[in-house]
Amino acid sequence: MTQAMTTTERTSGGPESGDDASNQFLTFSLANEEYGVDILRVQEIKGWTPVTIIPNAPDYLKGVLNLRGTIVPIVDLRMRFNLDTVEYTPTTVVIVLSLVTEGRERTFGIVVDAVSDVLNIAATDIRPKPDFGTAVDADFINGLATVGDHMVMLLDIDCLLRPDEIREITSAGSE
Amino acid sequence: MATILAVDDSTSMRQMVSFTLKGAGYDVVEAADGEQALAMARGKQVNLVLTDVNMPKMDGITLIKNLRTLPNYKFTPMLMLTTESAANKKQEGKAAGATGWIVKPFNPEQLLATIKKVLG
Amino acid sequence: MSTTTGMEQFHQTFFEESLEGLDLMESALLNLDAGAVDAEMINSIFRAAHSIKGGSATFGFTALADFTHVLETLLDEVRDGSRDVSQGLVALLLRAVDALRELVAAAQGGAAVDQAAVDVLQAQLRAELGQGGGEATAATVATAAAAGGWRIHFRPHPDILRTGNDPLRILRELADLGELRVRLDDSALPEWPALDPESCLLGWDLELHAEVERAAIDEAFAWVADESTLTIEPLAAPQQDPAVDAASDPTVAGELVAERRRTDRRQSEDRRGSAATADASSIRVGTNKIDALINMVGELVITQSMLGQIGESLSLGATESQIEKLCDGLAELERNTRELQESVMRIRMLPISFAFNRFPRLVHDLGGKLDKQIDLRLSGENTELDKTVMEKISDPLVHLVRNAIDHGIETPEVRTAAGKPAVGTLHLDACHQGGNIVIEISDDGAGLNREKILGKAVERGVVSDDEVAEMTDEKICDLIFQPGFSTVDAVSDVSGRGVGMDVVRRNIQSLGGSVEVHSQQGKGSRFIIRLPLTLAILDGQLVRVGDQIYIIPLVSIIESLQAREELINLVAGMAEVYRLRDDYLSVIRLHRLFNIQADTENLTEGLLVVVEGDGQKAGVFVDELLGQQQVVIKSLESNYRRVEGVSGATILGDGSVALIMDVPGLIRLTNAPSLDAARKSA
Repeated sequence: MTQAMTTTERTSGGPESGDDASNQFLTFSLANEEYGVDILRVQEIKGWTPVTIIPNAPDYLKGVLNLRGTIVPIVDLRMRFNLDTVEYTPTTVVIVLSLVTEGRERTFGIVVDAVSDVLNIAATDIRPKPDFGTAVDADFINGLATVGDHMVMLLDIDCLLRPDEIREITSAGSE
Repeated sequence: MATILAVDDSTSMRQMVSFTLKGAGYDVVEAADGEQALAMARGKQVNLVLTDVNMPKMDGITLIKNLRTLPNYKFTPMLMLTTESAANKKQEGKAAGATGWIVKPFNPEQLLATIKKVLG
Repeated sequence: MSTTTGMEQFHQTFFEESLEGLDLMESALLNLDAGAVDAEMINSIFRAAHSIKGGSATFGFTALADFTHVLETLLDEVRDGSRDVSQGLVALLLRAVDALRELVAAAQGGAAVDQAAVDVLQAQLRAELGQGGGEATAATVATAAAAGGWRIHFRPHPDILRTGNDPLRILRELADLGELRVRLDDSALPEWPALDPESCLLGWDLELHAEVERAAIDEAFAWVADESTLTIEPLAAPQQDPAVDAASDPTVAGELVAERRRTDRRQSEDRRGSAATADASSIRVGTNKIDALINMVGELVITQSMLGQIGESLSLGATESQIEKLCDGLAELERNTRELQESVMRIRMLPISFAFNRFPRLVHDLGGKLDKQIDLRLSGENTELDKTVMEKISDPLVHLVRNAIDHGIETPEVRTAAGKPAVGTLHLDACHQGGNIVIEISDDGAGLNREKILGKAVERGVVSDDEVAEMTDEKICDLIFQPGFSTVDAVSDVSGRGVGMDVVRRNIQSLGGSVEVHSQQGKGSRFIIRLPLTLAILDGQLVRVGDQIYIIPLVSIIESLQAREELINLVAGMAEVYRLRDDYLSVIRLHRLFNIQADTENLTEGLLVVVEGDGQKAGVFVDELLGQQQVVIKSLESNYRRVEGVSGATILGDGSVALIMDVPGLIRLTNAPSLDAARKSA
């Protein structure tokens, strides 16, 4: 009757510190612009499937999905960035990401037009975000990189679901 | 490899002892009190008994006394886990047939060294 | 001390069993208090302290070990009868239990200990023992090493083998220390026919040519010193080494010990740091529960392989009997799966005694403080419920028990004057009813004061003067659960510190449970709490609104009905109420509340699901009722946040997500005042 030993070590699930000279990014297109997310944050990529609507959520929150037993919120990135919305097509994909807010890891999905590529981008090739000129709220952008002849905006995904928007409503709630 | 019967009502101590001994390659059977240990020892011949003294139902000294009456445990080494303060317990245990004692607290290395010494 | 790699994994178990031991000590001490001194009880108290001391010393929790050591010594005196059990001693020991809980929590990485308080208590325990502070550290008697070595005369007693000792082992040990010259003395051996193989009749004269301390040799013989004739003397005359051996100098040794302690403590603190971040909550499970689970999985495997075989044969064209077998297999699989689920749930179940056990102490302390005599009765302590539910119900229970002692049970004088026995009775009971656990807290105290409650309610505008006349006792009692409602004139030290009964009710409801009170003035009160056994699953009614499916917990549903036009009232323009017999229901339009498209907006075309929550009834308007099923509750909060009116989510058979309705939350979301208006206009 031996008991199973509990492993105290845990592999870190958090974001990498980015010490490496070069990082891999998953790039995708959204309204004719290219965006990139740190590939270490990407859990999976799946086709669009209907979601369950969450009452009184912000517009950009399309709803929730069942991802192997956990309930995952899905954010429409066009709506999040106040871009024109389009009909979802067969190429519309959901990129499932893990983000860290308020010290807690959360999983959520973003709806994008199409997935493009996986790119190696050297840290030295990443320039700081400009103060102007991007179609998207600069708060979401970590930096810019030029790859070949086009520019990729690197997203700060931890800002996509902001603490003030995901914090519990405590006014009339329990506890 | 030798089989050791580890008897302690404290789960953490028993697990620690068992883990240490298993790590050194011994087979370990565990019991949470003297009664359980006596039943287990009857069912399976062990090569060494390692028992706590203070336990519910049957204490370690009574366990040793009972085990010594069994023909197949006449010469089996039996060690008590005692604390320094309980000097009288050592004598009481010896009188009951204990081989020796290990003083608590002990660390895994000390435990293994003593066990190796006894089992050769 | 060498590193104790891997010991951390036993810490959690140690903490848990220590806390269990402390609970046991506490309840045994409280029983002693009642005048029942019984040897086994004293023994079990001693054993608990002893185990904590042994474990804490082994796992390096020095503060805990030091404190328990004093306590253990004191308890040992009680155990051997040299110390009497006095009220004062019990009180002191109870405080020691509290301090130990804190120390365990601190070792676990929790809040810091009030070190000053612990020191004071430790000093008091020492004073009780009759020994002052500053207990000398036991130092090993230092002996000088003999320069030339040692001569040992060793004649074991014949019975030495009967204690499992083997003289050869000792010789081997000595040989490890250095060159050993051995001379066997077999003079005591009888003739062969008389030889008893179970007796040791040999003796040895040994010369150990090694510069070792006398202590090393003593150690080799330690176990057999009483079972042999033994003399140990230096080979040559002992020479005093001018350079003092560090270990032989007691002061230096003392410093070494202290130094080592510091490092140990630092190490254990480091370990604590890492343990705290992991914050692994664990549960101790009876092996019978695991065995049941293993059996179940075994059956599941068998069923699965059976279905697999049928599947193979089906590919060759199925016969009627094969299809029948398949259906049987599927039925079996369904049964196995359900049983497996139940068994797994059962692993999380603990007897409610874990929550009840704190009350004897609470009642003892509080009763003493308020000069009230209380007989606490516990029953149904073995009733099991989910660990999480237990943790969350604990505080509301404490609140209710405190209230009962503070406001319910009267002082002996008042009770005697009222013709009641001087000792009040407080009864905690638990039992299972269907899928729920029912916990009752009843007292034979003063009961709720009807007039006072009503007065307060009118004063606060909770009820109007007109309504007062119509209010039943039940409704009046229920008023105490209204927010900000407290009938106590002065906030007492014991209860009523900000937290009201409304919080108690809300906490219980957030667990999917309910609380009600029955009371008779002068005779006592009875609080009845109903809780689901687990937070992991619930029985739900699936309903459809437009293309969305929602789940309403079955416990909240009273009935479902088709609305009739003439019973619908529009109050104050917008709010709708529905007249159900003598009652009025506010209508909750999910499509409006959740901003979705429903099949119909006409109440008579859909269905009203009558629900109750927060003591109020409401009709939830839905398009269609679908099936009822047990659903597994998933959190929306782990990846998103809490949503008002929604208690969680579940995954349906087709893999889609459905939200579970929080009925009290929905009722709160709809405007309640419309109901009062409807009642008045009716």
